[in-house]
Order: sequence, then structure tokens, then C-alpha cells
Amino acid sequence: MLETRGLTADYGQFRALFGVDITVAAGECVAIIGANGAGKSTLMRSITGVIGNAPGMVLHRDEPIGALSSAEIMKRGIAMVPEGRRLFPSLTVEENLLVGGQARKVQGPWSLDAVHDLFPILGERRKSPGTALSGGQQQMVAIGRALMSNPELLLCDEISLGLAPVVIRDIYAALPRIRQGGAAIVLVEQDIGKALAVADRVYCMMEGRVTLAARAAEVTREDIHSAYFGVAA
Amino acid sequence: MIWLDTLVQGILLGGLYALFAAGLSLVFGIMRLVNLAHGDLIILAAYLVLMGVTLLGLSPWIAALIAMPVMFGLGWLLQAAVLNRVLGKDILPPLLVTFGLSVALQNGLLEAFSADSRRIPVGALEGASLDLGLVTVGIMPLMTFASAIVTIIALNALFYHTALGRAFRATSDDAVTAGLMGIEPKRIFAIATGIAMVVVTLAALYLGMRANFDPSIGPARLIYAFEAVIIGGLGSLWGTLAGGIIIGVAQTFGAALNPEWQILAGHIAFLAVMLLRPRGLFPRAVD
Repeated sequence: MLETRGLTADYGQFRALFGVDITVAAGECVAIIGANGAGKSTLMRSITGVIGNAPGMVLHRDEPIGALSSAEIMKRGIAMVPEGRRLFPSLTVEENLLVGGQARKVQGPWSLDAVHDLFPILGERRKSPGTALSGGQQQMVAIGRALMSNPELLLCDEISLGLAPVVIRDIYAALPRIRQGGAAIVLVEQDIGKALAVADRVYCMMEGRVTLAARAAEVTREDIHSAYFGVAA
Repeated sequence: MIWLDTLVQGILLGGLYALFAAGLSLVFGIMRLVNLAHGDLIILAAYLVLMGVTLLGLSPWIAALIAMPVMFGLGWLLQAAVLNRVLGKDILPPLLVTFGLSVALQNGLLEAFSADSRRIPVGALEGASLDLGLVTVGIMPLMTFASAIVTIIALNALFYHTALGRAFRATSDDAVTAGLMGIEPKRIFAIATGIAMVVVTLAALYLGMRANFDPSIGPARLIYAFEAVIIGGLGSLWGTLAGGIIIGVAQTFGAALNPEWQILAGHIAFLAVMLLRPRGLFPRAVD
């Protein structure tokens, strides 16, 4: 469903991605792991059009989407939970959720009620400003906001970053229900254990390149160690 | 009793200034753009209404209703074709572009309509007044003030109770993340400027019916609008009305003391508020 072919990305003079090839099939859960600065977030930003790239480098349903704007890519069904959550501070919790679904109106399992059912606290705090919530609750808003468009692919950039373990557990507990809704998920994570526990396949990145592509169930600790750090365990 | 009358006239005058300023406030609130051609766009709209009245024989109200979609289209085009290209981290390019637009508009209007001052004829309504016992108020200033209130209520309803308003606020907060939500910031900006130009047309209608105008008076309207927005606090529409009223009241009291002091008194009131409350009375924007 989603494919990158030799994807490169630059920040001015600095090249952050050197020919990245990944694929995501419909309904699949793919983890992308790697250390800080490996290029994971840049990869997400390239797929969602925040960073422009050559048209043929990113394909969605076999059509090039590299030259489209973020909004056009989102309307094709690729929703993003951005790193750092990025809630809109002027909007209430409910408005943050609604704004996620207003540009792409398609039938699907997700609605305001369904998101409240997934994360009940968001229903209770619907009138609060989005940024008045705790970090974990804000992450739930960010995930709910992305689900509101009933995406076929959900990109989650570092959803556990900066959260307490008990909160991370709650958020990861929601992922199976999101998959039941039919969406494919890409999880960008530094928490390797969490990511491997829910993913079907895993890519490891280092210094802007994919250093490992494997089935999550088959990958060994040694594989990951060498792909993550570039040295054998 | 003369002071009460002066106060009431000043408050009503504030309605006109709030109408001048509402469009400016809207655009600033959403895209942090200060449009230096705002006053000249008001004058352009006034000439559009005047043309509807003199060339087509329409009533000013109908002429304004026709001018509104024209001005919306013009604002949309201005934003999409010009201003969106210069909006960015640097605030100087949009200032320079709108300053240039202001000069071009003034000269264009001068070429098209000459320097003669004009007025939108409105018939008996012009001198009509309402006796409220203690004070007598003109129907026209009263209508201006009521229009300002209705405009602000309508803009606030749009802002806080519609999907478009949500998109406005989301884009104002964080344009990149708004893009990830399927919102095209450039399209949102174009719609916002279009709506601001509809408000500008309403302001132009009252300006043109109440006083003479010529191609050169735009910048002075911009100053009043700007002061009203700053006094109110950037991005707050009710604050903008309060700002307009403060300038209006200062002007009428200044004029009551000495007719030469009218304009000066408004500017002094502005400076006084800036001394006491540098961020305005009701600041919404944090930057």
C-alpha cells in the first residue's frame, strides 16, 4: 500500500536519508526503530509531505505522492500522530479531535464516540483546552485526532517519548483495537521491546539508512544490536 | 448634558473604527500579517459601492451587497497570488509588499476617479436622528455601531462554532500540523483575507455614506484601525471594538474641547493605553 523507493531527504546541505526503501502492506503493523538522529522522524516527515521530495520516491497505492502537499497526502488516507503530539492550543480536546476528521470524510469505524470509547478520559475532558491535559492524555488526543479521518495508514512518531511506563502501557493497549479497525500502523519507536511486541515487521535505521528489515517474530537480539549500533553484539 | 452627548457620539464613532479594524484584526489573528493596504482597500470598496449607486442606480445597500462578493474574490486573489508567497518567518516582506500595494492602489484610484472628494448618496437617512430624551443620536451612527456589533458576533460565531473557524484557529496555532490534518494553510489564508474584504466593504459603505472620501485618505483609516486593534489586544475582536470606542470617545472629547484636537486626542489616547498596557487590553495572541 505504501512504498518508498530510494528515498532521500535533505536539510539544506545536510543529507538525512540516503536511499531508504520500506514497504507497508494494508492492515500491517510495521515498527521503525533506531537511535536518535537515525532518520526515523525525517522518514515520517518525507512520507507526509512536510519535507518535499522527488515525486517517484514515495508511492501510495502505486501512485507517486512525493510532490503532493501534506493536506493532499492526508486526504488519501495517511494520517500522522506527530512527534511531540503537536495539539492545537487554541482548541478544546473535542475540537482537536474534530479538526482531525473534517478534511477527509469517509465511512469507517472511527467517530467522536468511537474515540471516546477507546480513550474514555477524552470524553470527560472534552471541553478542556487540549494543552491543559497530562502528557499521556495529550498523546491520546493526538492519536484520536489522527483516527478521526478513518485513515488506512496511521503513522505514529515516538508515541511513548517522555511518558511514564504506566501511561505507555495504556496507549499501547489501544493499538490492537486500532488494528481491528482496519488501519495499517507504522510505529516509529526508540523503545525496541514495546515496538517488537506489537509489530509484524521491523525496520531498523542508522545514519539515514535501513540497516535491518525482518519479521518481528524472527528477529534476534544480535540482529538488532548490530543494526542499531553498527557493531556486532 | 453636553458631556453625555459627547460620550455617546464617541462610542458610536467607535463602531465605525471597529468596522475599519475588524478585518485587520481577523487577518492578523490568523496569519500574523499586517496589511498596510487595509485602509486603501476600504477606499477601493467605497468607490465600488459608489459606482454601483451612480452608474447602476442602485441603493447603497444593494450596491454594497454586490460589492461584497467582488471584494471577497479580490481578497482571495490577493492572498493566493501575492501575499501567500511572501508570508514566512521574516515579517518584513509582507509589510513591504502591502506598503507597495497601498501606494499602487492610491495612485490607481487617483487615475480612475480623480482627486475630487466623493460621497455615497443616502437620501433622508443621512440627517435622520432619534431622540432618546437625554441625548439625540443620528440614525446613521447608530446603524454603524449596530453593524459593528453584528459583524463581531458573526465573526466570533464563525471562529468558534464552525469547522472553518476550527481550521482558522488550528492554522493560526501551527500551520504545519494543520497541513497534516488535511487543511491547506494557503487556502485558509485566502478565505480569511476574502472574509476580511467583506467586512472592509461594510466599513466602506458606512465611511462613504457618513463622510467625504478621496483616493488619499486610506492610510489615515489604516492608522485608526491599527490603533483600535493594538488597544484591544492583538487578535481579540471584542477588544478591537473596545479599542475603536476608546479612540472614538477620545476624538469626540478632544473635538468638544477644541475642534483642532479631534485627531490628536485619538492618537494620545492610543499612546496612553500603550504606556499603561503595552500588550493591549484583552491580549489573546501570545506572540
